[in-house]
Amino acid sequence: MALSEKTQCDCQSCPEPGNARNGVMKYMVIGIVALAVWYGIYSQLSRFADWFAYSLLGLDATSHFGTAVQFFVYDTPKVLLLLILVVFLVGILRSFVTVNWTRSFLAGKRESVGNVLAALLGVVTPFCSCSAVPLFIGFMTAGIPLGVTFSFLIAAPMVNEIALVLLYGLLGWEVAALYFVMGITIAVVAGWVLGRMKLEAHVEDWVKEIRAGEAASDVAMTWPGRFEYALSSVKDITGRVWKFVVLGIAAGALIHGYVPEGQLAGIMGDEAWWSVPLSVILGIPMYTNAAGIIPVVEALLGKGAALGTVLAFMMSVIALSFPEMVILRKVLKPRLIAIFIAVVGSGILAVGYLFNAIV
Amino acid sequence: MKILVMGPGCAKCEQAEKTVREAVAEAGVDASIEKVTDFQEIAKHGIFATPAVVIDGEVKVVGKAPSKKDVLSWL
Repeated sequence: MALSEKTQCDCQSCPEPGNARNGVMKYMVIGIVALAVWYGIYSQLSRFADWFAYSLLGLDATSHFGTAVQFFVYDTPKVLLLLILVVFLVGILRSFVTVNWTRSFLAGKRESVGNVLAALLGVVTPFCSCSAVPLFIGFMTAGIPLGVTFSFLIAAPMVNEIALVLLYGLLGWEVAALYFVMGITIAVVAGWVLGRMKLEAHVEDWVKEIRAGEAASDVAMTWPGRFEYALSSVKDITGRVWKFVVLGIAAGALIHGYVPEGQLAGIMGDEAWWSVPLSVILGIPMYTNAAGIIPVVEALLGKGAALGTVLAFMMSVIALSFPEMVILRKVLKPRLIAIFIAVVGSGILAVGYLFNAIV
Repeated sequence: MKILVMGPGCAKCEQAEKTVREAVAEAGVDASIEKVTDFQEIAKHGIFATPAVVIDGEVKVVGKAPSKKDVLSWL
């Protein structure tokens, strides 16, 4: 609390450059100290969990219960710490990459390059599901090609920093990296394919008639403002997702300690060819955010479901949700929505089969 | 004073409207508050991310729900 009061003082005295510089310096010092504390705690987590489970509680390191407790005590703070750090850094990034900036940055880029940039920007741009339509209009009125717009619209919900942290924390960096690369790839390829199909006629007419004026200018942010923005997103996001994290890790801990592997292998394993399309179809009507779906993903994997099948399920839940289609229906004619679903769906299927084949 | 809160109705847009109403009540200023949900209307103001707050034609915030402190400083 004392921190935010002080920031406000700094803002009011901003006209004097010396004070502004002091404000930045102060945040730099606080940032470095916070990072050192963060690293100090993070590096001791493993030792602490061992000590807590095996010395303090006196559990047997080879027992089911002992392993489960050690796993939980180690993983919960680890994932939460990672979440705080990543959300903070993404928050700083987001204070630069606003929607208006993205719009003017993408305008006039060549299509192929535009698809890649749009997908990457989709990951870090602040984007709530009901912004999809205004965003779409903003991109159209800036003359950004339809395919590039779709690359952005696909990547924004699908590749998400919270999902990345949770996947890294629960399943390791390989899975997190695969998810990131595959999500971007689907967004780029699907956007490019949609662009080739020349579907402009299937955008609702009123969108084409809009002559939007200049984009409203973004309010310039100072460094203390960026820190405050990043801190408030940490508070907001961590406050919302910590329950999922704890639940997910508890489920993971139980699976880790007790469940024999291979339970689900018959239905969701890589032997059953139909499991990938089935999980995509099951995923569409479900709607949850990335943080809600990852504990489910972990539970499924722990019981022997194949990675490709589970990733396909997760991606279709996040990227092809029915409610989002209803929102997009305001700007897109039904045929374009159908093509959109088909193209993104095929991309997700391809990822599912690819992963099942190589992992 | 005319305040427009732009947003189709997601949680953040609701929060923005609530914050604005609270701030106006707290400051005791005379202002009409209108919630704009029509995308066409929102786009005409050059706003491409919601929620957004417009006061007397001036865009104050785009793409995030403002804090009460922010709103009070605009009134």
